[in-house]
Amino acid sequence: MPLHTFQLQINGDTRTLSNLDPRVSLLDAIRDHCGLTGAKKGCNQGACGACTVLVDGERINSCLTLALQYEGRDIRTIEGLAEADGSLHPLQKAFVEHDGFQCGFCTPGQICSAVGMLAEYKAGAPSAVTDGEVGELAGAELQERMSGNLCRCGAYVGIREAILEAAAQ
Amino acid sequence: MNSFSYARASESPDLAVALLNENQGRYLAGGTNLIDLMREEIETPAALVDISRLPLAQIEEREGGLRIGATVKNSHCAAHPLVRDRYPLLSSAILHGASAQLRNMATTGGNLMQRTRCYYFYDTASRCNKRTPGSGCDAAQGFHRIHAILGTSPHCIATHPSDMCVALTALDATVQVTGPDGERSIAFGDFHRLPGNTPHVETELRAGELITAVDLPASSANLPSIYRKVRDRASYAFALVSVGAALRVEDGRIADVRIALGGVAHKPWRASIAEQMLHGAEPTEANFRQAAEAELTPATPGHDNAFKVELAQRMIASVLQELAEVKA
Repeated sequence: MPLHTFQLQINGDTRTLSNLDPRVSLLDAIRDHCGLTGAKKGCNQGACGACTVLVDGERINSCLTLALQYEGRDIRTIEGLAEADGSLHPLQKAFVEHDGFQCGFCTPGQICSAVGMLAEYKAGAPSAVTDGEVGELAGAELQERMSGNLCRCGAYVGIREAILEAAAQ
Repeated sequence: MNSFSYARASESPDLAVALLNENQGRYLAGGTNLIDLMREEIETPAALVDISRLPLAQIEEREGGLRIGATVKNSHCAAHPLVRDRYPLLSSAILHGASAQLRNMATTGGNLMQRTRCYYFYDTASRCNKRTPGSGCDAAQGFHRIHAILGTSPHCIATHPSDMCVALTALDATVQVTGPDGERSIAFGDFHRLPGNTPHVETELRAGELITAVDLPASSANLPSIYRKVRDRASYAFALVSVGAALRVEDGRIADVRIALGGVAHKPWRASIAEQMLHGAEPTEANFRQAAEAELTPATPGHDNAFKVELAQRMIASVLQELAEVKA
């Protein structure tokens, strides 16, 4: 089968992927071919959210799609959230402050997902628990909106506090 | 995953159809189901035609209703002001499915084309008439708690997994397709098939045909509606039973009622028996319960999923009662 040479835009950098097998997922391209190992391969079937990255500002599961499909799109991973001077993104800071992790495996996905989630929430996007107008981001609204990210250590209390603090800023 | 050739059709649906005809493969949009199935080697297409960049990502007003393009992301559809305002049942159903990440990837057309989550379909060590026609069905005598109770056949008891399609069934949507022989429309209720003797044939699409849009008619706009889903956890799980219903009462009588069920059949199930009984009737709890019982009378549950019969009856009755009390 023909191999493909194309470019991905990741965290503002252009990465050229040479002679890539079309079967390579976006996650494998980011991790194995671009060396950005922040996004994690948990379930590799879209259930755990550890592979979450942002494309054009929206969160997706990078394990369930082909790298080729994202040629030229604006991809952002956990490595691209901090400022150029190294100062952390508000969500990164809040996760540290509130102990929003234990082993850390799900954390890049949790934080990227939370970045996308807050953008959706601020744009007025509804959720399954929204009744009429979008309500306060607490309790059921937050749980529903973050249900695509699992934490097997069970650091949910800290994760929730971190996201709520970042949301309030 | 088997190896395949990849081609992207960005310009027009006609180009996508031509590329697929050349290569004999599958259309690829969000990939959330197809890539997973390919990884499990349940789907083994020799070619993929990437349709995710086709100019079909618009939601437009049309003949008093809406046209939802085939590549509109599920999340965009659910959040669109016109969908939320006129067809809240559709918005709610979409938001009850999958996770936010998946809804940001999955498309209108792809949602219609997703395949069953039957464990035996996914397990290549099991017999499955859907995966290997004629091989048998291990679900029938196996663990079938999540399986169908209506419209089943001896050859397949799989369910259709979509929430969105339950709403589209209730709203009398129409599927627009194009293919090697040109364009045509398919009524939503006819799009998905019951298993019968050919459970591997899941839709009315012909070889090479591509979904370009789903149309919602003016007649089902602005109806008070509820989408209710019962599942094994509060979020991000497939339905055990779901109900999408809309009700309009005029002068104490039911003027319009639409009921569709998810998680109970090989296709999104329009509860036509219940609807017929209720049309013109008084919106009473007793009538709702009677209609729900009649709808489920033909059910053929197995040893693990008999609970779905009573669950579906209760859900239909309670959703309609809620609509009659609060929204009608």
